Amino acid sequence: MNERARLLLELADDELVVGWRDSEWTGIAPTLEEDVAFSSIAQNEIGHARALYELVARERGTTADELAFDRSPDEYRCARLVELRLPEWEKTIARHYVYEEADAKRLERLKQSEDADIAGLAAKIDREEAYHRMHAQMWFDRLEGEPRFTSALDELRPLLETGRDENTSDLTELWDEMTIVRRSQPAGTKW
Amino acid sequence: MIFEVFRQEKKGQAFQHAGSVDAPDAAFAEAWAREQFGRRGESEALWLVAREAVHEVHDFPDEFDLKYRRVDGYSLKVRLKEARERAGTTPARAG
Repeated sequence: MNERARLLLELADDELVVGWRDSEWTGIAPTLEEDVAFSSIAQNEIGHARALYELVARERGTTADELAFDRSPDEYRCARLVELRLPEWEKTIARHYVYEEADAKRLERLKQSEDADIAGLAAKIDREEAYHRMHAQMWFDRLEGEPRFTSALDELRPLLETGRDENTSDLTELWDEMTIVRRSQPAGTKW
Repeated sequence: MIFEVFRQEKKGQAFQHAGSVDAPDAAFAEAWAREQFGRRGESEALWLVAREAVHEVHDFPDEFDLKYRRVDGYSLKVRLKEARERAGTTPARAG
């Protein structure tokens, strides 16, 4: 795999998996308004993942769906941070904050890329991420100093850039849920 | 805190009440209102107003039925018709 594909897949896998994890709050977020907002953020992340997979797919003669769902779990390049199933709201918000903070820096770098497709897509994604950052920041300001939130930040920050070459059982379970419909496709069917 | 949300559909148009969001502060109200009232391209701008900041006014007594003060209370058409009947002049074509 070339450096470009590796970089794009890392980002795409992060976005797909964090989007999927965030979407687990749909219907059960702490308030109705937050439910709508957080579900929308989850959808945006998965939209970003699709656009990134499409860039890689074009180069490799495959499709975004095949990249998203037809690889085995150990081929995913996502960070450990996004793989974890976090049924505690303060941990989810801590992850959201830590992720958005790092994602902002990553997008800033990609916007300077000499590859026009990457720079253009990064700029497009960043315009939506600006809203995610605002959302993460308002929760951070609200929960800052709360012991549960502080320990969640301490626990999750170190997981930001780890585990790209290996994955957790959380990811394997998620992969199973994510791909179950696609894998159930009877032989010969075309979508 | 309840924030009333007013929505402007296009530049230059009047803001109209669109609904409300229940949020702990203005930052949350903004984030949530963006989602509920702005992300489908349906708004040019929003006004968020804390409900307690809205000065509400009710009850407008009009005990003596002073219809002439109402802009819609004075029909010239009917009066004109009555005047024409009194004068015995009917226009060639009713208009």
